[in-house]
Amino acid sequence: MSDPKFLTLENLTLAYGDTVAVKDLNLTIGKGELVAFLGPSGCGKTTTMRAIAGLLSPASGHVKLDGADITRVSANKRNVGLMFQSYALFPHLSVYENVAFGLRLKKTPAAELDRRVKAGITSVGLSDYADRKPGELSGGQQQRVALARSMVMEPKVLLLDEPLSNLDARLRLDMRSELQRVQKETGVTMIFVTHDQGEALSLADRIVVMKRGAIEQIGSPEDIYNRPTSAFVADFVGFENIFELSDGRLKTPKGPVELSGPVPIAAGLAWRPRMVTLGSGPFQGTVRGASFAGNSREYLLDTSLGPIKAEVDAALPPHELGAELAFDLPIAAAAALRTFG
Amino acid sequence: MMARNLFIPITLGLVIAFLIGPFLIIVAASFSGGETLAFPPQGFSLRWIAKVFTVESFRDSFFMSLFLAVGGTLVALILGIPASYALSRYKLPGAETIRTIVSAPIIVPGIIVGLSLLRYIVVPFQVGITLALFLAHTALILPYAVRVVSASLGNLRSDIEEAAVLLGSSRLGAFFRVVLPNIRGGIMSAFILGFVTSFNQVPVSLFLSGPGVRTLPVDMIAYMEIVFDPSVAALSALLAFMSIGIVFLAERFLGFSRYV
Repeated sequence: MSDPKFLTLENLTLAYGDTVAVKDLNLTIGKGELVAFLGPSGCGKTTTMRAIAGLLSPASGHVKLDGADITRVSANKRNVGLMFQSYALFPHLSVYENVAFGLRLKKTPAAELDRRVKAGITSVGLSDYADRKPGELSGGQQQRVALARSMVMEPKVLLLDEPLSNLDARLRLDMRSELQRVQKETGVTMIFVTHDQGEALSLADRIVVMKRGAIEQIGSPEDIYNRPTSAFVADFVGFENIFELSDGRLKTPKGPVELSGPVPIAAGLAWRPRMVTLGSGPFQGTVRGASFAGNSREYLLDTSLGPIKAEVDAALPPHELGAELAFDLPIAAAAALRTFG
Repeated sequence: MMARNLFIPITLGLVIAFLIGPFLIIVAASFSGGETLAFPPQGFSLRWIAKVFTVESFRDSFFMSLFLAVGGTLVALILGIPASYALSRYKLPGAETIRTIVSAPIIVPGIIVGLSLLRYIVVPFQVGITLALFLAHTALILPYAVRVVSASLGNLRSDIEEAAVLLGSSRLGAFFRVVLPNIRGGIMSAFILGFVTSFNQVPVSLFLSGPGVRTLPVDMIAYMEIVFDPSVAALSALLAFMSIGIVFLAERFLGFSRYV
């Protein structure tokens, strides 16, 4: 990574009229990084992406790219690519002309233009489709045209809006490897926006989790998945048993509960259903729901701590509805949350 | 059950008879060999069709109508395309009010439009007859232009403009490079609809016509008041065929009915 401060967002505040969408955001992205903005709709991830692209000018703060302040540089002069969720291909132009669009505007010499466009189309495997119109292509093919159209411009940053969410499971895998290949071959800095944690975990080098216009946590996929620092992130990545701590005790709907063993200093503790030990432990619960999920069985327990979700290996004998079970929330397995709320 | 089965074909037959019937009568009458406009036609001849081309006022008013239809439609489109674009792309305050005002000439009866233009614009400001007709026709065509172009803009995603901008185009350039080419069909449809509307317009033109300046339909009425020969039927038939031809070509090449 040659430039760790390739793209920086400084005190960025973004607003639509009087509605503040992103408040005082600071972020540094290195050259060649693959970063995901992850969060539920309305968290400001798309707004931030649009500000980097220059489609939205910030209420305050700065965007700096490759050593230059581009806050006031208009979108058509930034050399930032954006692959739209809907692909946004030009319906009246062929695949070739779609890919050539930006190079023609730059008055690229004919021979070079032809070479680059053909290379771009070939690299996404669509050389047989160069003369087709976008309407004659499948969704997956259209997306690859959109990718080639952006990449042929050799952008400094490629932004991708929900790049996998419109695709079915098989195409998703194809596109994921396609994006990883492009990133590896060109070394382009990529930022993609998604509400799907699986997409972020599988594709990104680094994940920026956003919530209500602010960054909630930044970390590697392993960090985010295993060590969420807030109840929000924990919930978002699938910790379904989340408790606030006060005076070393769990706050539950049924009053404070003492845990066995030393409790870490944290605002809260969270367990994935998989981390709950069923069959032994200091707590008692009644099975209220059970479902089979292939490799595992999921149980919903009614307990003195409130509802608890547990997941165990499907090879173990199933528990009946209404059965009384002992269980434990092992402290060692829990994610310690720095902030709660 | 029987009655119900007959109801639909009978209604359909009546609708077709009322829509197509008069047209067929006019076409038949234009081939008449007689001296007066009558149906059924007396004998057969092409002389009334030939006569249409020799009446000088028909020729002048035809070119006036053509000028108003083509010029008025072009100006209506030049005003209407940006208006439609603004109405569909930006959340303008009072957008609905603007839409209603722009559509007013469709809703308000032509006689009222003609009379008010005459009373409040043409007379007080001493506007010339040709200019008055031109303004009136442009105003009448504008609602169609806005409506048809809006419909075709509505079918077009707006993010392609942003895509064009990110590939280096200016906002205005994006409009010309990716918006206009994609609404071309809508614009052609608006042009044809505007042209036909203007060409067939009577009430407004009636008020605004003056000495020596008339549109073709107004001239035909004037002609009929003096001479009652089948040449008016012949001219009507020719005009109807011209309109049908235009619409047919539009449908054939542009898919006209998608936009109206």
